[in-house]
Formats: sequence, C-alpha cells, structure tokens
Amino acid sequence: MADPQFLFRDEAASAPAVPLSAFGEDTNATAVRIEPADDARALLPHLDRLSLVEVSFPAFTDGRGFSSARILREAGYTGELRATGDIGVDMLTHLRRVGFDAIAPATQLDAAEAETAFNTWPEVYQATVVDGRKPIWALRHGL
Amino acid sequence: MYAYDKYDQAMVDARVAEFRDQTRRRIEGSLSEEKFRPLRLQNGLYLQLHAYMLRVAVPYGTLSSAQMHVLGDIADKYDRGYGHFTTRQNIQYNWIKLDETPDILAELAKVEMHAIQTSGNCIRNISSDQYAGASPEELIDPRPYAELMRQWSSFHPEFLALPRKFKICVIASETDRAAMRLHDIGIRIVKNDAGEIGASFYVGGGMGRTPFIAPLLNAFVPLDQLITYAEAALRVYNRYGRRDNKYKARIKILVHELGLEEYKRQVEEEFAHLQSQDIEPPLAELERIKAHFADPAFEAGLSDDLDLSNPGFARWVRANTAPHKVPGYAIATISLKPAGGIPGDASADQIREMAALAKAYSLDELRVTHAQNIVLPHVKKADLFALWQRLDAAGLATANLDAITDIIACPGLDYCSLANARSIPLAQKISSRFTDNGKEEALGELKLKISGCINACGHHHAGHIGILGVDRKGVENYQLLLGGSEGADTSLGQITGPGFSEDGVVDAIDRVTDLYLNQREEGERFLDTYRRLGMAPFKEVIYG
Repeated sequence: MADPQFLFRDEAASAPAVPLSAFGEDTNATAVRIEPADDARALLPHLDRLSLVEVSFPAFTDGRGFSSARILREAGYTGELRATGDIGVDMLTHLRRVGFDAIAPATQLDAAEAETAFNTWPEVYQATVVDGRKPIWALRHGL
Repeated sequence: MYAYDKYDQAMVDARVAEFRDQTRRRIEGSLSEEKFRPLRLQNGLYLQLHAYMLRVAVPYGTLSSAQMHVLGDIADKYDRGYGHFTTRQNIQYNWIKLDETPDILAELAKVEMHAIQTSGNCIRNISSDQYAGASPEELIDPRPYAELMRQWSSFHPEFLALPRKFKICVIASETDRAAMRLHDIGIRIVKNDAGEIGASFYVGGGMGRTPFIAPLLNAFVPLDQLITYAEAALRVYNRYGRRDNKYKARIKILVHELGLEEYKRQVEEEFAHLQSQDIEPPLAELERIKAHFADPAFEAGLSDDLDLSNPGFARWVRANTAPHKVPGYAIATISLKPAGGIPGDASADQIREMAALAKAYSLDELRVTHAQNIVLPHVKKADLFALWQRLDAAGLATANLDAITDIIACPGLDYCSLANARSIPLAQKISSRFTDNGKEEALGELKLKISGCINACGHHHAGHIGILGVDRKGVENYQLLLGGSEGADTSLGQITGPGFSEDGVVDAIDRVTDLYLNQREEGERFLDTYRRLGMAPFKEVIYG
C-alpha cells in the first residue's frame, strides 16, 4: 500500500487496511478499506478502535466515497481518513472539504499543480462542517 | 434581481481561473481527454458533431439588460453571430473553440454570469417560472429560494460525481410554466394551513427514455430546513442511485425501484441525522437574498386601456401578453419561433435589441422560458405598441405563444452527437405548413415538441403533440405522440403507431388537427378534445 502523497495530520497510519467483509470477523483490526458500494455506517459501532479508514475510488467518476467520508466524520471519527485510487488533481480540494486528511493517488500527482488545486477556492458556499471552514453565509452574517 | 457580493464574485472568478488552468493542462497534454471531459462538462463545454458547444447558465431564467447584451457580443466575437436559448432557460453557442473558452467565461464573470454545472453529473442550473415576480397568481417570488439553492449546489463537494445529471426547479404558482414535475427535484413554494411558507418537494420526475411524473415526496418542508432536506435527498441518491447503467442512473429510477415510501424513509432518516449538523443557512440569509428580488420601481395608477385598432398589434397582444400583478403593466413574451425559423435561435443583433428593449420598456429585466422564448416581464401597457413596432422591425414580433408553431425542438442531428434524426428542419417544415395554411390561429393552444432521439431533450413526452426522431435501418423516422402536457395537468403522451418520414409526419399532424377542429366542443383545446375522445379516432384519421 502506497503512503499518502498528501497528509494533513501528524503521521500516516501504518497498519494494513482489511476489506470491510474481513473487518467484521477480525476484532483486532484497526484499519479498514471501504469500496464505493460499502455502507460507511457499518463502521459506526467500531470507530473507537479504528486508526485508519481507506476510502477507495476505483474510478474518479464514482462519487460515493465523498458521502462515505462525510458520514464518518459527521459521526465523530477522528482517525486517519485516506482517499485512494483514481484521484486526479482536480478532486483534491473536494476531498479535503468532505473530511479526508490523507490522499494517496494511484498515480503520483505533480506537486505544483496540487498546490494550486488545494488553493482553488477563496471561500466555500456550503457548510460541510467536517472541514472546519466557515461557509460564505456565515461570513456574511457574522456567525 | 440578485447582484453578486464580493464572495459570489470571488467564487466565479476562482472558477474561471480553475478552468483556465485545466484547459492549459489539456492543451499541453498533461490532462487526458478522459479526465478533462467531466471537468469541461461541469463548465458547460460539450464536444458536438462539428465543434465545441458552450452552455451558459441563466439562473432561474432571469437576466439583466447588460447581461443579455454581453450574450449578444459573445455570439459575435466567439461564435457565428447567433445563440440558441434552451429548454432549461440557458443559452448555448454551437461553434466554440476550446482555447477561447476561458476568455468567454472571464467576459461572462464581468457581468456576474457563468457556465457552472450546466452539464455533467452534478446539480444543474436551477430553473423557475418565467413570470416570477410579475404574475398576479403567484404566492411569492420563487427566485430567492432558487438563488439560495444555486449557492448551495455550486461546487458542492459531495455532489460533483453523482450517478447522473440532477435538475432542480422551483416555482410558486398553481399554474406550472416550468414543467416542475418533470425534474429530478421539483419544488413548489406553498403556504400551509397555519399560514406559514414552506416547500413541497416532488422527486423523481424526468423525460429521457423512461419518462416519469415526479410524485410528492414531502408536502411541507419548513424554510429553515430547505437546504438540509435537499442535502438529505441528494445524499441518498448519491449513495444508492444506480451506476451500472447510465440509462438507469437518474433518481427517477432509484425512486421507482425502491418505491417512493422506502426512498422517503431513507431521506427522512438522513434528514434527521443532518439536522444535527448545522448545515442550514440562517433565515437571515434568505432574507438578504429576498431583498434583491424586491419589486422594481413600478409606477402607480397607470391605466389598463389599450388601443387595439391595429390588427397585427391586436393579434400579438392577444397571443403574446399575459396579465401582470400591477395595474397598467403586462408580461410580454418575445417569440423566438418565426415562421420557418429555428426554435430558440436569435442573432447577435436580435439579442442586443432585446437587451435594449428590456432597458427601455421592462425595468431592465428579461427572462428565458423553457419553451425557448424570451419574456419582458414588466412592460407598461402604454408602451406595448412602441415595443411591438420595434420587435416587428427586428423580426421578433411573431404572435404565436403556445400555438402549434411555438415549437420546442432539440438541436437534433444537425449538431448533436447523440441524435438519431434531425429536429430543426422538421420544426421549420411544420412551422411553415401551419403558418401558410392559416390553421395556426384557429388551433389555439397546441404545444408541439420535437426530440431527435430518445433522450427527449425536446420534451416530446410532454407535448400535446410530440415527435420522436428515431433511426430505422439508417433512415430518419419520426414517431408521433399525442396527449402529453407539462402544465399543472402533467401527463405523458402516447405513441400513435408506426412512424413516418419527415413529410409523412407533417401530413399526419395536419390530419389530427383537422379532426380536432371538426370535433372540438366550446372552449376545448386540442389536448382537451384528445382527452375526451381518446386515441382511437385520431389513430383512425392517421392510419385509417
């Protein structure tokens, strides 16, 4: 498993991630990988023992992982949330906004392009809450 | 009208910069066409049969004179001197160069316009009632709610790779002029028994190869939960909408396969959860937006008298104007359907003339309609004659609103890479036939809609008369449908039987309209007569 190219926490988890199907049986596992069709809410009873959730993006056009990420963060998950797979530079800012703090693209991205991409939006319209950014409506009304 | 503040402007400017960078990477080759495609689509840029097409958003169909003027200039500078107004109240240009597109977007941004999410598998431009803020029958102006949702849906990070496109419409009248129930989410702003304003959500409507009329999902969502509820509805769709087959990926299929009750249960569950997440803008934000849509400076005490002694003017007033909420004013529709013309097309000069007319006679405002016409929403009755004369001089005074020649048509095989048959030449033929034979006015309201393939961009399912172009062994063939409607009485048309050649379908329409003229009862429209008599007699005159 590749280390994350982009990391927004102190250090990356090192435990190998097991598939969701194996996670249920392996009560010692602290890292799990979920696929687009997996229900992220299946992990909610186990958040305390998880240090890594890998969310797989087999195709960049399949956006289910964005919902999975937010659901985990909304439920209070504080461990590493890592996006893996078919990730292009133009997804980076959106991945951050739904709560990913580690990004491991299958193909290494150009560092300068990534830097530009992370800084695409001066502000944001929505409260995703999980990214900690104040939406524009909050700024407008001094909230 | 809504005006950007520094935040809105910064977001649109950021989008232009992002797309300029993406385009540069594409041209230099570091971004493949496969990866670029969804990015350009979410900026309204399609690759058509002959060139790129750029679709510019007109949020809820509302434009200022200055914005309209720029649309005309873009047609001249970057296209071939014309633009095409679409069924989703947008405008598209058919002859665009990729390397010039960032410059076009930059010019649009200067007048608070953009092409954000006018295509792609994301929440599209939000449509509304073209008579909003002008009609005497609306409960309230629906556009502030549409603007609130525009901001929420723009670059929403969770919903940019949905299973399929997602179209939202917001209206606030009993009369539905926007085909609300043929949207993925249709919202009607309503008042409940306690006198509170809220939103009725309809979900899972759509045309395409499997048309559905949206059923009611929730009769009353309070205004301080509007965004949270919409987010719940979208999240369930993003997670569970089908991704194995693009023809089954719209939310209508999810709702159909799960059943409305089960979909609703899941939405309610997600909604209950999201309510704890503080994602809803405060009502003060809605009030801020509403202030932008306050009535323009109407003059009080104007007369409703109108001199109709000029028969051409009288006919235009009868066909193309509607009552306004303020005495002495009218809503005027400019038909973009001249006899034998291309539905929805306007030249750069015509676009600029409409901009000038809006400035002179309509308190600076225009609207685009889903029937591909333009509305001047606030015209003094005393100015109607002068307006009509200038429209006439510009070739824009066709008096045929909702008539058989006021055709909705998709671009068809002349432009579109998906089409099976041409739509535009057929629309032109029908328009010429029914103008020349004088039947147009006798037929009254008769909505005719043409799609060049099963994707139904020309709304053929919802036409009183619908035409679907198909490919039959390499030859263009046209199926005829009767009895559809997109209004408050939404229904889906039924196919009459075997298809026709281009000339054959025009003849068949001639015959069904003759039957209507012979059989109609007092006050009946074509649709009413069809509903009373049923398909059989119409089939008989077509094939008998």
